Amino acid sequence: MVEFAMQHAWLVPLLPALSFVIIVLLTRPWQKLSALVSIACMVSSCVIATLAAYGIFTNHEFTEKPLVYAARWFSLGLPGAPDLVVNVGVQLDPTSAMMIFMVSLVASLIQIYSVGYMEGDPGFSVFFSYLSLFASSMLLLVISSNLLQMFVAWELVGLCSYLLIGFYTHKISAREAAKKAFVTCRVADFGLLLGLLSLQIVFGTLDMVELSEKIHHFQEYTTAGVLTLIAVLVFIGPIGKSGQFPLHVWLPDAMEGPTPVSALIHAATMVVAGVYLVGRTMFLFSQVPAAMELVAVTGAFTALFAASIALTQREIKRILAYSTVSQLGYMMLALGVGSLTASMFHLWTHAFFKALMFLGAGSVLHALHHKADVWEMGGLIKKMPVTGWTFVIGGLAIAGIPPFAGFWSKDEILSMAFNSGHYVLFAMGAITAFMTAFYMWRLIFLAFFGDEKPENHPHESPVFMTAPLVVLAFLATVGGLVGTPWTPWDINWANWIWFHEAHHAEPNYMVMLGSVILAGAGIFLAYQLYYVDKARAKAHALADKYRALHTLSYNKFYIDEIYLWFNHSIVDGAAKLFFLFDIYIVDGIIINGIAAVTRLFGEGARISQTGRLQNYALVFFLGVLAVAVILAFTNPSSAGLMLGGVK
Amino acid sequence: MSGFPVLTTILLAPVAAALLMVFIPRDEGKLIKCVAAVGTFVSLALSLYVYFAYDQALGGLQFVEKIPWIEDLGVSYFMAVDGISLPMLLLTNLIGFAAIFASWNVNNRPREFFILFCVLVTGVMGTFIAHDLFIFLLFYEVVVIPIYIMVIIWGSTKRVTKEYAAMKLTIYLLIGSAFLLVGVIALFMKSVGILGAPDMSFTALAEAGRQLGRFDQIWLFGLMLFGFGSLISMWPFHSWSPDGYAGAPTAVSMIHAGVLKKIGGYGLIKIALVTLPIGAQFWAPYMAVLGVAGVAYAAFGALAVKDLKYVVGYSSVSHMGYVMLAIACLNVIGINGAVANMFGHGVMAALFFSTIGFIYEKTHTRWIPDLGGLARQTPRLAVAFMLAGMASLGLPGLVTFMPEFTIFIGSFQVYGGLAVAGIAGIILTALYVLRAGANTLFGPPRPEYDHLVDIRGPELVPLVVLGTVLLAGGLLPSLLFDMINSGAVPLMAQIQDVLQIGGKF
Repeated sequence: MVEFAMQHAWLVPLLPALSFVIIVLLTRPWQKLSALVSIACMVSSCVIATLAAYGIFTNHEFTEKPLVYAARWFSLGLPGAPDLVVNVGVQLDPTSAMMIFMVSLVASLIQIYSVGYMEGDPGFSVFFSYLSLFASSMLLLVISSNLLQMFVAWELVGLCSYLLIGFYTHKISAREAAKKAFVTCRVADFGLLLGLLSLQIVFGTLDMVELSEKIHHFQEYTTAGVLTLIAVLVFIGPIGKSGQFPLHVWLPDAMEGPTPVSALIHAATMVVAGVYLVGRTMFLFSQVPAAMELVAVTGAFTALFAASIALTQREIKRILAYSTVSQLGYMMLALGVGSLTASMFHLWTHAFFKALMFLGAGSVLHALHHKADVWEMGGLIKKMPVTGWTFVIGGLAIAGIPPFAGFWSKDEILSMAFNSGHYVLFAMGAITAFMTAFYMWRLIFLAFFGDEKPENHPHESPVFMTAPLVVLAFLATVGGLVGTPWTPWDINWANWIWFHEAHHAEPNYMVMLGSVILAGAGIFLAYQLYYVDKARAKAHALADKYRALHTLSYNKFYIDEIYLWFNHSIVDGAAKLFFLFDIYIVDGIIINGIAAVTRLFGEGARISQTGRLQNYALVFFLGVLAVAVILAFTNPSSAGLMLGGVK
Repeated sequence: MSGFPVLTTILLAPVAAALLMVFIPRDEGKLIKCVAAVGTFVSLALSLYVYFAYDQALGGLQFVEKIPWIEDLGVSYFMAVDGISLPMLLLTNLIGFAAIFASWNVNNRPREFFILFCVLVTGVMGTFIAHDLFIFLLFYEVVVIPIYIMVIIWGSTKRVTKEYAAMKLTIYLLIGSAFLLVGVIALFMKSVGILGAPDMSFTALAEAGRQLGRFDQIWLFGLMLFGFGSLISMWPFHSWSPDGYAGAPTAVSMIHAGVLKKIGGYGLIKIALVTLPIGAQFWAPYMAVLGVAGVAYAAFGALAVKDLKYVVGYSSVSHMGYVMLAIACLNVIGINGAVANMFGHGVMAALFFSTIGFIYEKTHTRWIPDLGGLARQTPRLAVAFMLAGMASLGLPGLVTFMPEFTIFIGSFQVYGGLAVAGIAGIILTALYVLRAGANTLFGPPRPEYDHLVDIRGPELVPLVVLGTVLLAGGLLPSLLFDMINSGAVPLMAQIQDVLQIGGKF
């Protein structure tokens, strides 16, 4: 079984693709059947992924030497000595095995949740077909053995994200958010594409295994400067996809999509593709320290920046969205300080607790008929105990309270930043940890505790929705235990997922204690401001006291407005300019000018065409006369001949 | 099937249909359309057969038919296909077949419309399978006439009148072909001296042309570049294209943007480049600059216009900039990319124009601010629109992505920074495609379009046929690239030595 799954891992992305095709072509009119097909394929895919991952995680040789099955996709040039070869294939090693397991598991849970959440929506079947297409593309992305293949999947997940953000097609806000997501990611993909092109041109391949060998002694191919440039270009892609500053703007708007989409795509899976890509190309980044520093600084800044915005937001999903941006920053920070282990670990735990919280938010929105402002909620935990208490578990996990999952992975990142000597970045990460605990518990106290609002009539969601919450809450609780400093080395995360060499982290009690104190302080502050103080007078007073800061944070530092201005005045202005130039200069003056001159010439010539015989005869006569005169002066004898033969 | 003149059959099937239509009463619209569909279907089926029966390992010219015609001028009826002309032939027939169904609702003088259309398709096919320069030009001129008539009778007047659009289109292309003709005649005269006997076949002319001096090659290539360049709407000789497409009826826009303008790129590769490699080398940097300028310029144009047909019109100018850039690479990757991109763009543009044609037919407007929310009322049209739009912005998994990728590799290698400027066009493309799509399909549905009937029956054919090709070519790029490569490699091998020596001057 395990052997079969490992050899046929290509089925993992293929099965959801199959369900996409089946739903689109056959079962679309029957909603229940479509959901059944989709979930059946997804769960089968998850089973195969689990078996394959099991196979990888029981055999240590794959950590050194990935299992690759690849085939030629197409090639150009002479068959013997091609100019360009593009391969496709699957590459299984602990990192990708972990990813296919996580992605297929979360995708399965969210599809089950969606049966409840999307019930009664006219686009029910279409929704499931999109989810299937997305799962397929995402699994293809993580399992790719070739960077171009990964780029293909990268764009396809972008497409699914676009379609699903804009799923409520009649809403203008959804339409605009979808467009924004696509275009922002496109800008980033431009950089990534240039990076991939450079890699292909310099090293002649995009197969990851081959590329990593060649880059290991890159001096034979290129200089360190060029390689740094390539790494920076490649990194631009993840900046867009993983919502790093300054291209984070699309992610909060992406919350216009249905909530299961936010949980699946914009929290657990697609947005981590950027982190995953940098992790996958560590062989490139690790060669160029400058690029690594860039990754680390971008990550740390994004973490802090997004957390500072999340402090003041009011909409439940927006808070979670900025929180996602911030957590993605942590993952980048980990990569930048050289720890693939910590980054992937946080990716893993984050997938569970963030998916949990998004689904919890979806459950709340479902109950409150899409009233999204946390200030208008309150006391929900009494009516919605499952949603409420699982959300609290998520809150503990993200705040970093031991032994919940988030604690272990965040701690790993912070101690890695500290141990590698990045003290400033460590400090930024620590401050972020405090802010995270504060804003998340602000949300929890405002929405789930305190007085109930009489105008709300919440009710617990159906079992299709609560069951996935419980499973995810369980994973958010114990998911981090695989990577604690005290976990036996054989099953320890750090023993499996690493770059260059496995590194057994000694528990750093100072960092550990510090981060727990910060998290506790954040929760305590939120408790004081939003729970103890029922009127929240202190919170309002605080906001008034730092009005400027509060406004900046609430308006997301006006980054969106700057882009909007750029798009509307510079890009549209240029477009208008070119268009007017085309119509008035190229067409108006040059083309029509030439035409006008031709016509003028024609009209001039037309004057002579009077139609009167006398005129023509006169011209004819004058012509003959002129010829005769000319000849008379040049050759008198022939002129005489013409004028009647008289000598 | 060696004796059977399959290429001639492909060529004449639409002509036969046209002749048959002459005898059908003018009010039998359905029957006329069916005859036209059968005629183009025969061509399509046979060209699919030829496409898959062609021996790629062997390469070279296959399915050859050669009958001497005007021996004093060395003209012969010489039909043959290779890896470069076959994708173009297939493309012509795919679009020709789909365009019949996109015109299913033409009820104004249907007989004349479909007769002219069949002649048009024949003309375009002829240029791609002729291996004799004289015959090539003959077919090219055959193409111009039906388009002029069709635009004037069945066209639409928006920003410019349809008469203006038709005039502009026709005169522009005739001026281009006049310059081309001068170049061709000069080339022919010189070739007689070199070869000792007149011969109009591509092969012979190429052999002779390569022996010409540097100066001759440069000015001859310059003339051809202007002729073929204005046909492929090379910036700044592009302005016929948006106006022409906007004025033309749907089927003509499909054929014109889909295949006709590709004759320019095809001619540049199969005639100008092979025959005059040193000239090509001289002009290549200018071609690259004009190509990139066209990409950016037309993309901005597409961003500014509000008429859907103009958006696609400018967009096709922009995409053709990539083809110019690709040809200017003068290497195998570039040529592969150029031909593949012409194919991909052709399928995409045809689907786009057919979709816009239906939208216009149903809503009576193409003005983007007057549209919106159609995804709810006409979901199938929305699917077609999105498919074409995604192909236009080069989404992986569709036939247009890999060609662009290969062009980027080829040109980045040769032109560096200039190519980067061209590649940046992908951002603008995404911007205008998504903007047009969002404002047409999404947002609140408009009550005035509630009564619209989604495309159905024969109207679905363009979506199914072209959509299938978009997907198949995207998922299995080797279907397309293996074929093109089998033509591009020997083609470049012929001129590789010359280019290398030329490079040392």
